[in-house]
Amino acid sequence: MKDDPLHSEAFLARLMREQLRLSIACALAFVVALVALPLLNYLAPDLMARRIGGFTLSWLILGVLFFPYVWLLSWIFIRRSLALEAAEAAAAKEASGR
Amino acid sequence: MSPALAALGGIDPWIAAFSLVTVAVTVGMGFWSAGKSKSAGDFFVAGRSVSVGWNASAISGEYLSAASFMGVAGMVMAVGYDALWYPVCYACGYLFLLLFIAGPLRRFGAYTIPDFAEGRYDSPLFRKIAVCFVLFIGFFYTMPQMKGAGTTLAYIFPGLPYWAGVVVVGAVITLNVSLGGMKGITLVQAFQYWLKMFAIAVPVFVLAAVVGHYHEHLGANRTAREAGRAVPAEVARGGLPAKAPADDQWIAPFGRLTTKAVDAAIAAAPTAEAKAALEADRRPYSLLYTYSLIIALVCGTAGLPHILVRFYTNPDGVAAKRTTMWVMILIGVFYLFTPVYGVLGRSLAPHLYEGLGAKGTDKVVLELPTLLAGKDLTLLGSVLSGITCAGAFAAFMSTFSGLLVSMTGALAHDVYGRILRPESTPEQRLRAFKWCAVLIGAVSILLGMQVEALEINFMVGQAFAIAAASYFPLLFLSVWWRGMTMPGAAAGMLGGGLSALAAITLTSVSDVAAAGARKLPAAELAAYWADRPVAKALADLWASHPLARILCEQPAIWAVPLAISLMWLVSRATAARVPADIRMKMLVLHAPEALGLKQEYIKEHEGAGH
Repeated sequence: MKDDPLHSEAFLARLMREQLRLSIACALAFVVALVALPLLNYLAPDLMARRIGGFTLSWLILGVLFFPYVWLLSWIFIRRSLALEAAEAAAAKEASGR
Repeated sequence: MSPALAALGGIDPWIAAFSLVTVAVTVGMGFWSAGKSKSAGDFFVAGRSVSVGWNASAISGEYLSAASFMGVAGMVMAVGYDALWYPVCYACGYLFLLLFIAGPLRRFGAYTIPDFAEGRYDSPLFRKIAVCFVLFIGFFYTMPQMKGAGTTLAYIFPGLPYWAGVVVVGAVITLNVSLGGMKGITLVQAFQYWLKMFAIAVPVFVLAAVVGHYHEHLGANRTAREAGRAVPAEVARGGLPAKAPADDQWIAPFGRLTTKAVDAAIAAAPTAEAKAALEADRRPYSLLYTYSLIIALVCGTAGLPHILVRFYTNPDGVAAKRTTMWVMILIGVFYLFTPVYGVLGRSLAPHLYEGLGAKGTDKVVLELPTLLAGKDLTLLGSVLSGITCAGAFAAFMSTFSGLLVSMTGALAHDVYGRILRPESTPEQRLRAFKWCAVLIGAVSILLGMQVEALEINFMVGQAFAIAAASYFPLLFLSVWWRGMTMPGAAAGMLGGGLSALAAITLTSVSDVAAAGARKLPAAELAAYWADRPVAKALADLWASHPLARILCEQPAIWAVPLAISLMWLVSRATAARVPADIRMKMLVLHAPEALGLKQEYIKEHEGAGH
């Protein structure tokens, strides 16, 4: 059983590395937005107070645009993550000759 | 009291009718699903067969609590822009759950988080620690729901005492949970999500058509640059009372919510130089407060046990990921609407600024629709008010059912089934589930009666900060780091969670004392503070060090890194205790289900039992 490629150290390390890389990339896109918005509010208050259709720019971003941005991130993550799982499963089955 | 209520002798028939229908449907669905829930699996994890659509609706229904339904709108009205971080982070915190935790946690195949804790570290001791934390965070989160129930019922039926609402709602939900378990409440919560969505969205559209749109009312608030601009004529804004924040502080970031500590210190400062020095700190400290709040809300969302337990009801890891995405969409759409109430409320119901908490801005969601009465639309106003009251009912009922199931699961499965009577049969565990539900329901009702004086949003914030500093680091590192050991996990979870709790307790001790002092005449103040040396010392500390106050009120910015470093350091020091079969455990967590490695950690004793 331990010789099975499925249970090898290399397989597990690759599996975790690839999924984690994808997760971290998506998390970074989210964290950058979370860090940047308060910082912009702090450093460029005049810019963020500009009116766009009645909303201030800052209100428009946080109260409205933040939601679709996160939906987009999660949609990209799920598509990539499921594709990654399918590729891993196919490769592992081939390697173990099942 | 609103005009509609006064006109109808206290109780509006529409409000009463909609609220009663909500309770009746909830009880009815509970009885109906009781016939369908049979096996222990049905009760604990809904037979692990909940489809993505149902589960996403149920998780959203469970998550949108009284704090979301009424508290967020009230907070936006009370403090403005800064309060928007609450809805945004409540919804977007699920991204961390999706990216790092949802899929692996479901693959592990446990019933409860303590199951995962024991299974991952092969340690029955760690299960006990984890059970205590589930119950602890659960009760913390239950108290504000109970308070929401008590105050809403007292609003709908003026004259009804606070405790009556707590008892009625507590009893209804306890009955439901003990009848149908997880499977029963899944249906009820899914129904309640759509009820809440309907109840928050429909009045917004009607109000916007009658009294003006979101952007028009937001435009009525002048930013610092627009000081001289006139309020647009289409917005009929009443005069703001003195207690309301000024326009430029309300619409701009770093307003009243984040500057509270520095403002209090400035008020207490003895000299003009000291005041000027504190003035310079105001904006940097606000930025710090904002970041700490964001960390607490985002990490806390990913660490709430009653939400996490729902991921076990998914059929597999793929479904768990898809469910999380849909939860983010369902919750996000809901939260797009809640701030609208706060913005409209500032223009149209400024008298709410005069009251505090549940008597003030917190009831803006229930109060706004009744304003239509002034526009010759009395009936429409009453119907819409009835709908929002029904939504409020659904809000605290569904969240409390979820909490009750997760705490009952912890008690019946982990304490009874695993610790006290490991040899018990599934039938005995099922009976234990029902008894535990009654026990926890009773304790929750008793706790709920004690918290009338505390603020809903404040209590929810506490639960989030504690979850962020304990469960989030635990789950994140347990799933992704092989070197984590049981002592490391326990040290980090306890160290982070308890220090966050201690910090928050310090602020609430001094806040409760300060609230008592405000009611007294100036002559009695010296004696009042002399009786409370601890609160006095804390108040003096906050006045001279506003930064300390901010770090205690919002501890996440240091407590989350503290928990993670404790986990890392202690795990390194006890590296010999990494479980021997860690590679297999990690494989189960991360390998796609298609490989057939999935081992249910709990072997099902019987079939799915539908």
